[in-house]
Amino acid sequence: MGRYVLRRTGAAIATLIAASIVIFAFIHLIPGDPVYVMLGDGATPEQVARLRNRLGLDEPLVFQYLIWAGSALQGDLGQSIFFETPVTQVIAEGAETSILLAVITMFWIVAFGVPVGILAAIRQGTWIDQGLSGLAMLLASVPTFWVGLYLILIFAAGLGWFPSSGFPSVFDDGGLYNLRYLILPSLALAAPNAALILRLTRASMLDVAREDYVRTARAKGIPPYRVVLRHILRNALLAVVSAFGFTFAALISEAVVTETVFALPGIGRTVVQSILRRDYPVIQGVILVIVCLYLIINLLVDLSYRFLDPRVELE
Amino acid sequence: MLNVDNLVVSLRNGPQILRGVSFGIEPGEILALVGESGSGKSMTSLALMGLLPPALAITGGTVSLGGTEITHLAPHQRVRRNCGKVAMVFQEPMTSLNPVLRIGEQIGEAVRVHDPDAVPADRAKELLDMVRIPDAAHQLSAYPHELSGGMRQRVMIAIALACRPQILIADEPTTALDVTVQRQVLGLIRDLCDRLGVGVLFITHDLGVVAQMAERVAVMYAGMLVERADVGPLFRAPLHPYTAGLMACLPDPESDDPLLATIPGAAPRAGAVPDGCPFAPRCVRAASRCRSGALPLVHGGEGHSARCHFPLTAAASA
Amino acid sequence: MRQLLLTWTRPAVSRPMTAVGVLFLLTIVIFAAASPWIAPYPPDLIDPVNRLQPPGPGHLLGTDHFGRDTFSRIVYGARLALLIGVGVVLFALATGVPIGVLSALFPALGVVLMRMVDVLMSFPSLLLALGLIVILGQGVFNAILAIGLIYLTTTARIVYGVALRLKAEPYVEAARSAGAGTWWIVTRHILPNMISPLLVQASFVFAFAQLGAASLDFLGLGAPPEIPSWGNMLAESRIYITRASWLLLWPGLMIVLTAFSLNLVGDALRDRMDPRFREMMRR
Ligand SMILES: Nc1ncnc2c1ncn2[C@@H]1O[C@H](COP(=O)(O)OP(=O)(O)O)[C@@H](O)[C@H]1O
Ligand SMILES: [Mg+2]
Repeated sequence: MGRYVLRRTGAAIATLIAASIVIFAFIHLIPGDPVYVMLGDGATPEQVARLRNRLGLDEPLVFQYLIWAGSALQGDLGQSIFFETPVTQVIAEGAETSILLAVITMFWIVAFGVPVGILAAIRQGTWIDQGLSGLAMLLASVPTFWVGLYLILIFAAGLGWFPSSGFPSVFDDGGLYNLRYLILPSLALAAPNAALILRLTRASMLDVAREDYVRTARAKGIPPYRVVLRHILRNALLAVVSAFGFTFAALISEAVVTETVFALPGIGRTVVQSILRRDYPVIQGVILVIVCLYLIINLLVDLSYRFLDPRVELE
Repeated sequence: MLNVDNLVVSLRNGPQILRGVSFGIEPGEILALVGESGSGKSMTSLALMGLLPPALAITGGTVSLGGTEITHLAPHQRVRRNCGKVAMVFQEPMTSLNPVLRIGEQIGEAVRVHDPDAVPADRAKELLDMVRIPDAAHQLSAYPHELSGGMRQRVMIAIALACRPQILIADEPTTALDVTVQRQVLGLIRDLCDRLGVGVLFITHDLGVVAQMAERVAVMYAGMLVERADVGPLFRAPLHPYTAGLMACLPDPESDDPLLATIPGAAPRAGAVPDGCPFAPRCVRAASRCRSGALPLVHGGEGHSARCHFPLTAAASA
Repeated sequence: MRQLLLTWTRPAVSRPMTAVGVLFLLTIVIFAAASPWIAPYPPDLIDPVNRLQPPGPGHLLGTDHFGRDTFSRIVYGARLALLIGVGVVLFALATGVPIGVLSALFPALGVVLMRMVDVLMSFPSLLLALGLIVILGQGVFNAILAIGLIYLTTTARIVYGVALRLKAEPYVEAARSAGAGTWWIVTRHILPNMISPLLVQASFVFAFAQLGAASLDFLGLGAPPEIPSWGNMLAESRIYITRASWLLLWPGLMIVLTAFSLNLVGDALRDRMDPRFREMMRR
């Protein structure tokens, strides 16, 4: 077990290092002197000198990378040019919104995608299945921001049930009630991903239902619902769990757009605004943190998957 | 005990896979069902279990057990109606056990349904002892992948016995196993049949093991029973040319010739079965009347019959 | 060629939904090819008097905030949709296929290349595309490259998997031991057998390229604003949604129906595929 965890963690760290090199190279791939790229053309000579010194731009590239990676490891992702505050602080300010949005979205995905996928599989071939599978494919073909705009149009502008934009912290006035600001965004964000999980759940249920051991279970004379829950579903969910890493990545991608539609003060919108403002240290920092998170989640998914499936040799 | 009468199984809106199969099994008796691969042996057993795949259905005939008809009942319906039980050991021990559940849970699950008063873990251990799995108490918490093929097949037998069946079907239970393990598992089935008095439908494509295992034999060809007999008379004087052909394929212990005879040609696929006798195209004795019309039932002694115009032993006729 | 035509048409006949999808895609192609004849107005004809008109006789689908005819812009938007789709598919295939095939044939190279693909895959797809846009600058061609980069990774993975399986097939091994060269194996055994997985992948990539391009447009980082793309139309209509909600409807529907149709076609193709490879094409 320990060896497996170690090997898997090692692979994740290797990927992280490679990804960090890509992120570091990013600033050098932008045409122009990195310092002017970062500070803009209106920079004063002192500013230029200070940044040049801080980034170690006169050193060879390898050293520059080590300096950058070293300070990142110590929690220093540099300074935002626009806000003139540490990048870590900019990220921290968006973290609450983005994390809550991700958690609520994940809840919708699991709460709708899995049970409805099971229903479609159990009713395979009937009009229920065809309707649900068709709907799932339709939802997977819909841009999240378009769903978001319609949700705003109907439930915020039209019916007035939910606010249309922004998100005051749950630590401010209103407390947990402020979560209502995240209902529409999370629904928009969940739609295509729940559809994918639905399709995956259905497909792997049908795959497992053809297995010999399911026939053995039926032969025992146990009630059909128990065959489904204990034998088919349990094995089918293994495949679904392994897709959660992928779902998380899709979620982050689409959160960038969703946060923009709903004007949520999250990390995703920060990235877009930083791109428009050419605030490169923030872009670099956010992407590094997100890749890190993604790798950690994938690692956890992988490890838990190995726990759930006794066939996998852990030694 | 078990009575199968003129059973017909067809593909939905398609050809017949089983074309009127009849036989009976008494308690404590082993009936061997023999035939080439694809002749319909597995479909016969799944039909008896009420477990045919969705593409297939019973379209004629009846299956009854202890006088109760169970033709169209799935296993859980048989439990609910409290009628007689058929249990089955499948061909593939490697894939027939759920990989994520412990052995004890998989046996216990059947115990809970068929023996509501028993303590599942205790009964499961008892069953593992019964199928001679060493260190049974410990094996209850093992996962299938931790066991060898032979052990898994024993577990499958234990699961079948947990259903307290009157009839046990063993569908080529040893094809996937090593020779030595094969002999042990066969011995176990023979022994359980004697000890528990269950009737066994023993399916094989190997006439060689039939003589050791069974009292009676039914030979299947292209979804039909072409010959039925007690073991002794069948080996001494087969009536049907197909049965004789199968015997000619057996390795001869007195000869060193490694080349085995084979019946020329191939069995017809379901849906492409010719009129008249399905074996006629491969049969050296076939004449024109074999190629159309009904086949006569010929007898060769007590309980020995075949469907053939030109049986090998002339003595009998309908 | 005939075989190819059959693979595309047969599933459409057996499934009515897919047939409708194929018809819709044909409409898009016709829109793109014949835009000047189909569109009643030039797509950028500004008419301030008639701004934000609801759908009606003069303007079939209404007008936007500059008084431009929505229907005409929808018709011209088909051009960009096809350009993006074809461009992304070509880029993804032209890069992903060699990477995947080479990795499968030369294991030592494969370790390095597939590792690099893994690294690219650890970036959430839209962020990867955005990063490339920052480096390359905004524009239609760069949007194609940016989205193509996302599907380079998935295509390379799938091609790698399929090629590995094909390489292990007895007839390929036999050809190798008989001394067939690498080029022979690739062109005779691997590529021909890869056509149907690649067709499936192409349909899905085409579909998701539409969604990706729409997202970039919506963020203002895709096609330049003067180009009538469906994504741009949505982005511009955003602030008028309460006053002129039809502006939101048509371009959105075009994106959804295009992606949906392509997904239907991809699904139908996949279901007719060799079951050995079907497993890899999930999602
Ligand atoms: N799901 C199915 N669909 C169509 N035909 C089937 C199916 N399962 C089995 N068959 C056909 O039924 C016949 C009998 O198969 P089977 O009972 O498995 O043979 P055996 O067990 O004697 O080898 C075969 O000809 C096979 O082609
Ligand atoms: Mg069989």
